[in-house]
Amino acid sequence: MESVLGRYKNLIWLVGVLFLQVLGLATQVKRGNDPEHTRLIRVWVISAITPFERGVLWIEHGTGDLWHNYIYLRGVRAENRQLKDQIEQMRLEQVRLSEDAAQARRLQNLLAFKEQFIAKTVAAQVIGTSGTPTNRVIYIDKGKDDGISKDDAVITADGIVGKVSLVNSSDAQVLMISDQMSGVGVIIGDDRLQGWLGGTSNGEVVLNDVMSDETVPIGARVMTSGGDRIFPRGLPVGTVAKVTNGKDLFLNIKIKPAADLSRLEEVLVVVEKQQRQAVAEGDVRMRAADILAQRLPSVPAKPAAAGGAAPEASAKSTPNGAAVTAALKPASASSSGTTPKTGSGTTDRSGAAAEAGASPAAAGPIKPANATNGTASTASPSTTKTSAAQREKTSSDGASRDGMSSDAAVPSAPAGTNAPTVSPKPASPKPKSAQPPAQLPASPTANDANPH
Amino acid sequence: MPITYTSGEQVEVYRFSIPVTIGVPLLALFFQAFIPVRFPRFAVYIDLPLLVTIFFAMARRNPISGLLTGAVIGLAQDMLGRGPIGMYGIAKTVVGYGASSLGVKLDVENAGARFLVTLGFYLVHSAVYLAVGRFLLNMTQNQSWFHGFLAGLANAMLGTFLYFALDKFKQRT
Repeated sequence: MESVLGRYKNLIWLVGVLFLQVLGLATQVKRGNDPEHTRLIRVWVISAITPFERGVLWIEHGTGDLWHNYIYLRGVRAENRQLKDQIEQMRLEQVRLSEDAAQARRLQNLLAFKEQFIAKTVAAQVIGTSGTPTNRVIYIDKGKDDGISKDDAVITADGIVGKVSLVNSSDAQVLMISDQMSGVGVIIGDDRLQGWLGGTSNGEVVLNDVMSDETVPIGARVMTSGGDRIFPRGLPVGTVAKVTNGKDLFLNIKIKPAADLSRLEEVLVVVEKQQRQAVAEGDVRMRAADILAQRLPSVPAKPAAAGGAAPEASAKSTPNGAAVTAALKPASASSSGTTPKTGSGTTDRSGAAAEAGASPAAAGPIKPANATNGTASTASPSTTKTSAAQREKTSSDGASRDGMSSDAAVPSAPAGTNAPTVSPKPASPKPKSAQPPAQLPASPTANDANPH
Repeated sequence: MPITYTSGEQVEVYRFSIPVTIGVPLLALFFQAFIPVRFPRFAVYIDLPLLVTIFFAMARRNPISGLLTGAVIGLAQDMLGRGPIGMYGIAKTVVGYGASSLGVKLDVENAGARFLVTLGFYLVHSAVYLAVGRFLLNMTQNQSWFHGFLAGLANAMLGTFLYFALDKFKQRT
């Protein structure tokens, strides 16, 4: 017996070690493949490796900073000029986008639409990978100590990256969207098709559950739907790269991720989200003059009977009198609880990005180029009860008097909705309340059409 | 190509100091995890922990030592990822056992032999890894054998140079 054991000692060892590992695999399969179950044992190796990675990155950044800040300054002027040109271009683009965003927010406000916003992010640096082609995970240099928790969304300025899958005290593991085990709820293109995004064993990103009778154009943008409760709605995911017929009546859609997943250096971890109703841009932007005006004593409106003149016109104006008065006090309405909740003060060094995500329209202080004196900023939904005709008149009066373009302020305000109108200046020496109400013809039809 | 059959007594058995035994596998794991941050395709083609496993197994020429080295390095590699722990462990255990057993039988000190041995064990490693994933864990993996062969060649070339560098740490028993 001893001779047999001695003779096959090596083989017995091999079988024994393999058996133990197979047993370990079976246990993991039974308990479910959640890294949390094997957390302790993983932490040993991660703790042994990540200090080296941090050290190398520290040295790399130190030498890099020295080079970039002191030695390599050639071409900075040219780059500066180029960046200034780029800023000008982006300003023009922002004007257009802010108008679109304002309109979208007004519509969301109408529907009492609630949405998740990014309230706080933490910037982190990528310090390592799994080192294997089958596991698409990265390691970042921020962990539980920095407020990161499991299932936090990880993004870049370009698009989503993945979610936090394992958190240690000073580092965390991020499961990228290209991993087989990932899943993200998405919306495709202008058709708003719903689907879910996952990875393949090759590291490709594919879209699942889209029926083959749907048309998905190449290049269509893919955004997060918010349905997975991890990524807020509307974050860029990528574009459709290839569409083929797959199995079981579903399309096989390959996605090109917006973020370059293979060259990640710095990422943002969304550590706090807010769910709140969208705030129309008109509520957010107010001129200082308006705020000041609401604090000053205003001229009381003349009683209709006391005026004596044009009683017919006064009588006609009665149904709209309140509307006109409301239109005269935009500041008070705006300030009474519609203060923007952009999560200010909750951002860290990446706060700008977070705030921009929270309220893109409010983030940029740049005024529209065609609104000569900030008309757009005075547009307030508090002036909602004015009819379309009144709005037109008010806007044209305001424009002629104040020299502002009402079209710029309310580019596409639909008649009969509570879309914001141009607010007159309450502190103006000739306020609109002094105008004969007869000049503001009542439009009950338009008011009746108001959904609210 | 001088791959010569030798008896167990003819081949030399080497040992390594404790810092080298611990430090070299750790460094291999570190580079395997860190280099893809800068060169993303590195992890697809190169498996440094496998090369280290083969080197130690062939130098020590002790199957038990070889399979234990492979098991430890493989399990550590598993722990860096998110998948089940044991897939790389099993694959590298087999490779460690095979490489040390081969080291007993063959003279694997020259570059040509090392190149072929590394290429062969890379393919064995890939086959075992895929088999474990497919048959034990029911995981679907799209693996191109042509791509695997190319990766094997890349590992063999790198391994040949790496082994000569690591030879400096060998100590005669």
